[in-house]
Amino acid sequence: MSALLSIENIEVYYGVINALKGVSFEVNEGEIVALIGANGAGKTTTLHTITGLLRPRSGKIMYDGKDITKVPAHKIVSMGMAHVPEGRRIFSELTVYDNIRLGAYTRKDKDEIEENIQNVYKKFPRLEERKKQIAGTLSGGEQQMLAMGRALMSKPKIILMDEPSMGLSPLLVNEIFDIIKEINKSGTTVLLVEQNAKKALSIANKAYVLETGKISLSGDAKELMNNDSVKKAYLSE
Amino acid sequence: MEFLSYLISGLSLGSIYALIALGYTMVYGIAKMLNFAHGDIIMVGGFIVFTLCTTLGLDSIWGILGAIVGCTILGVIVEKVAYKPLRSASPLAVLITAIGVSYLLQNLALLIFGSGTKTFTSVVTIPKISLFDDQLVITGETIVTIIVSVIIMVGLVFFVNKTKPGHAMRAVSEDRGAAQLMGINVNATISLTFAIGSALAAVAGILMCSAYPSLTAYTGAMPGIKAFVAAVFGGIGSIPGAMVGGILLGVFESLSRAYISSQLSDAIVFAVLIIILTIKPTGLMGKKISEKV
Repeated sequence: MSALLSIENIEVYYGVINALKGVSFEVNEGEIVALIGANGAGKTTTLHTITGLLRPRSGKIMYDGKDITKVPAHKIVSMGMAHVPEGRRIFSELTVYDNIRLGAYTRKDKDEIEENIQNVYKKFPRLEERKKQIAGTLSGGEQQMLAMGRALMSKPKIILMDEPSMGLSPLLVNEIFDIIKEINKSGTTVLLVEQNAKKALSIANKAYVLETGKISLSGDAKELMNNDSVKKAYLSE
Repeated sequence: MEFLSYLISGLSLGSIYALIALGYTMVYGIAKMLNFAHGDIIMVGGFIVFTLCTTLGLDSIWGILGAIVGCTILGVIVEKVAYKPLRSASPLAVLITAIGVSYLLQNLALLIFGSGTKTFTSVVTIPKISLFDDQLVITGETIVTIIVSVIIMVGLVFFVNKTKPGHAMRAVSEDRGAAQLMGINVNATISLTFAIGSALAAVAGILMCSAYPSLTAYTGAMPGIKAFVAAVFGGIGSIPGAMVGGILLGVFESLSRAYISSQLSDAIVFAVLIIILTIKPTGLMGKKISEKV
């Protein structure tokens, strides 16, 4: 079975600093794949490289049978790949509605877009209550919901999520992870980057551990949860 | 009555500053650079009208259209050739390049048109209005300048807040990376911004040369600097800020010229700017600059 997304030996540099030293992994259709690792391991760099915000010095990124290594970032989303970036990065001066609407920027089917907005509101009722509010005034949890809702507006086949639990209360983290599971159940593949390894492994099918620019471990998420070195390094609380 | 007359001429001058300041502020907001060649686009607009209408004798409508189209194309080309290759260079390198482009445009104008002052024929044909037994005279240029500026500003606010390319501009201005993730082409958005800014500069150039009808290669330099000041005064990056800043600067300049000293008016204007920026460093409507954590 060929993977929906496959990363083949990518190397990424920031100037002279070698951030990714030959990272390879695969995401199959319908899965939730977790990429876990400590701060600075290269998780965000990996996601930025996949969606074209960074360019790898070498290696290849295959998506849906196509080589997307050199595709510019703004053309990725219309290929069915959405990215919820670290720190949400919502447009804080625009209204909640305008943010959601920008998620559908590349789409032309107006009627269906309105329908999708209603679906996003159904998933995140708080966004509907606040649709006219300036997005910067939302709470952290609401901003995360907005970033996710905005990403869903592109009708993605695969959604890349970078630290969705960052800075949220445990209660909200549970809520966000339930929504991620829901998104996956409705047919969207998920690549999840998390520092909260316990949460990430609990919902993922498969996981990779990234350590200073290299994949150090990989396997079934449940197995990794019981792996001693993973337990020691990432699951001790 | 005298005061009203100075106020109206200040509003007219301020509208011109505002049109130029809009170009500065939009380019700064979206491309994150100070385009110091922006003022010289005004001069190019003036020379296009001069060539088409005075030298070739065409109707002024062709001069106006020619200047707007010509400046728009020039603005986009300057961005593509001079600024785009420096997208990831240091801001200082971009700034120096912009100053270089400014000198290039001025010297090209000197080369083509010589250093003599050209007399610009006003494109405005509506007559002046005399009120209160000729105590208050408003020229046709003043009326047209104010009306055209109001229409343009209302149109621009509508464009930025209500249209898809306008939303794309605001998104790029706030977060270039996140905008790309939405599928927004950042380079195309920057080109569009330069096109709009340069078209506005062309309009400002035509209105200014009609009101103050002398044209040299340096015609755009001083209004360019003043409009930059207006943009900073209003809060650089803010569209309403550029409008308010431009108009206030014009009114202030006109009133200080009339009531304090015509020689010191520029000094007074800049002194007020310094005082205001000391009290409110981000300008009147500037955004709070917050560091990302």
